[in-house]
Amino acid sequence: MSSGYDMRMKLMRKAVAISVWTLCVCVADLVTGQETLTVVGWGGAAAKAQSEGYHKSFTEETGIQIRFEDYNGGLAQIRAQVDVGAVHWDVVDVESASLHVGCDEGIFEDLSDLELPPAPDGTSAKEDFFEGMITDCGIGAFVWATVLVYNSDRFEGDEPSKIEDLFDLDKFPGRRGLRRYPIGNLELALVSDGVPIHQVYEVLSTEEGLQRAFRKLDTIKDHVVWWEAGAQAPQLLADGEVVMTTAWNGRIFNAQIVEKQPFVIIWDSHLRDYDAFAIVAGSPNLENARKFVAHATSTRGMVGFANHIPYAPLRHSGFPLIGKHAATGVDMRPHMPTALENSKNFLWSNVEWWSEREDDLTERFNAWLAR
Amino acid sequence: MTDKRSGVQRLIVPVGLVLPLIAFILVTFVIPLGSMVIQSVHDPEVAEVLPNTLNLLSEWDGTSVPSEEVFESMAQELVLSRESRTTGKVATRVNRIASGTRSVFGKTARRLERIETTELRSAMIDIDDRWKDVELWIAIREAGREYTVKHYLHAVDLERELDGGIHPVSEDQRIYNTLYLRTLFVSLAVTFFCFLIGYPIAYAIANVSDSMAKILLLIVLIPFWTSLLVRTTSWLVLLQNQGVVNDILVWLGLVNDSDRLALIHNMTGTLVAMTHVLLPFMILPLYAVMRAIPTDYMKAAASLGANPAQSFVRVYFPQSLPGISAGCLLVFILSLGYYITPALVGGTKGQLISNMIAYHIQSSLNWGLAAAISVILLTGVFICYFIFDKWVGVDKLRLS
Repeated sequence: MSSGYDMRMKLMRKAVAISVWTLCVCVADLVTGQETLTVVGWGGAAAKAQSEGYHKSFTEETGIQIRFEDYNGGLAQIRAQVDVGAVHWDVVDVESASLHVGCDEGIFEDLSDLELPPAPDGTSAKEDFFEGMITDCGIGAFVWATVLVYNSDRFEGDEPSKIEDLFDLDKFPGRRGLRRYPIGNLELALVSDGVPIHQVYEVLSTEEGLQRAFRKLDTIKDHVVWWEAGAQAPQLLADGEVVMTTAWNGRIFNAQIVEKQPFVIIWDSHLRDYDAFAIVAGSPNLENARKFVAHATSTRGMVGFANHIPYAPLRHSGFPLIGKHAATGVDMRPHMPTALENSKNFLWSNVEWWSEREDDLTERFNAWLAR
Repeated sequence: MTDKRSGVQRLIVPVGLVLPLIAFILVTFVIPLGSMVIQSVHDPEVAEVLPNTLNLLSEWDGTSVPSEEVFESMAQELVLSRESRTTGKVATRVNRIASGTRSVFGKTARRLERIETTELRSAMIDIDDRWKDVELWIAIREAGREYTVKHYLHAVDLERELDGGIHPVSEDQRIYNTLYLRTLFVSLAVTFFCFLIGYPIAYAIANVSDSMAKILLLIVLIPFWTSLLVRTTSWLVLLQNQGVVNDILVWLGLVNDSDRLALIHNMTGTLVAMTHVLLPFMILPLYAVMRAIPTDYMKAAASLGANPAQSFVRVYFPQSLPGISAGCLLVFILSLGYYITPALVGGTKGQLISNMIAYHIQSSLNWGLAAAISVILLTGVFICYFIFDKWVGVDKLRLS
């Protein structure tokens, strides 16, 4: 009887102690004026790169602590916070497509009057940024690319060299990996079908163009393994499930350089896209969040990030300053999507075009998959 | 007096004890569910931004370009919406009805601020000639309905045509009905396989010595405690082209190295992985019921002359029915909502209805449609439960 009572008392004391401690931490934050900012981004290598690239320097300069949380993209959590009025995320790293959808829904703060630092040589931010990367709802953070990759162990003799080879089952038999998503696949299908790369969206805007893209995908449909999470693509390739796949270049870099996989990237006809920093509407730390966005999208911030992962700066002044990979000492510049060598032939993913058609085409794409 | 008071007092304690539970159910179940059901039919955003225009449009004939008055009101409300940053909400919702019209609104609102003219109809058509499309105006009127069944129509591959009639959407756009059927099929198949594999295992655990039963139970429970993702990805390692199973088959000479079996990224993979993941939900209720079946009955049946098969079919099996129903119901309903496993190992055919719900919640932010699909799925669960109740009887269900 008494031992049971003791036990309960012990548990009770423990519970009280924990609550008091939590309370103390909160109060301490208030009393010492320790400010924190919640920054949300993707996990994995990108998170580490962001932490090294700008979180640390931001804390050093301003004394504001950064609490990092990771998420898997999408807007559901942000919208839920805004709808309920309980916003606990301040800054979020969002994909370009999400940025547009979220901006239309009014779940991001207006950044049109945010002052961005100039380039090191004094060029104004407006001229330094790539065109269209400063928007009302978000400031461009980095460029990433969807590239075609193959495993050189799987080929004896001829190896793939161009995007058309993705569809050439005779010359390069074997299964292919593609993202289970219309964005990217329709563009690559048209380019492989002979549409000049700068006319892709024009052709896709017509019904015949769309049908042409789906017909092209039809030719390899039975040989495709569809991936959804970014980590799946290099995994499929390493396991030999596929002989080639589309993938995000940062993931492939990691597999090539850190894990020493025999992967080769075909930069020809790659698809470029970008991520941006946005502030959740109603953020309780608006001023600090704005400071953070300006800091992270400075030339220094972008370069610091790019030294850890080959996602390229969105400022013209950034590329020449990129150095060596912090962990392995590999020169990072040749691995960037924006390197001259890799930029001979590519397509910017057209976010505005997609924002009008994504819902419709996702349904059509899924219907096509189900047939 | 004293009796009455103590009666009330006696009530306070039990009621007080269940209050947290009731509050919990209310907060985590009833309120979210209710708000989802409301979202599926209630869409007030457009009506809030364009009240006057919609009012005028209700008298519009729907065949010719609306009058100057309508354009004037639209222009006013668009400029206002730009100030309150709600233009995008209207654009998104109209775009869902008439795909490819999203940019009309933002562009027009932006330019209108700088325009000084009273001829708004021609001015707006100058900015974007889509303003003279009757279809755009019909879509605006449609999006402006505060209460609507459009999400439900959409969720069963139907749409309202311009003339107001309801028709199936074009063939290359039909997806949801296929997915409901596929989800139903996968759930039934998984339930069947779980039963087929789970029943003998549960029987074995219930009828071996206690120490052996503990070991067997542990073998069932360890995967049960392991993360879903880990279990799913380990099936990738086993079943893939260069995986363990194919390697063994090739080594045994049963399969040629050049044509290894496709065991994953198709329906086979989905069924294997989901059956494995959900198996404990079948075994545990079965085991609980079987353990309570006295062995004497089987002995009695044998002493009355029944052979083992007869006594199993006529004596043992009927007594295990409550466990079978509980296990099947659990597995079936759980698999209706599964999507991570099929998404990872299912390939082209791995898309189930829950994947579309996740897409509309996460990416397209079309929560109304997601809610409508969820409500249809939930109704399906209730119908299954009802059939089950009529057929087997929920009161016979036993978890232990």
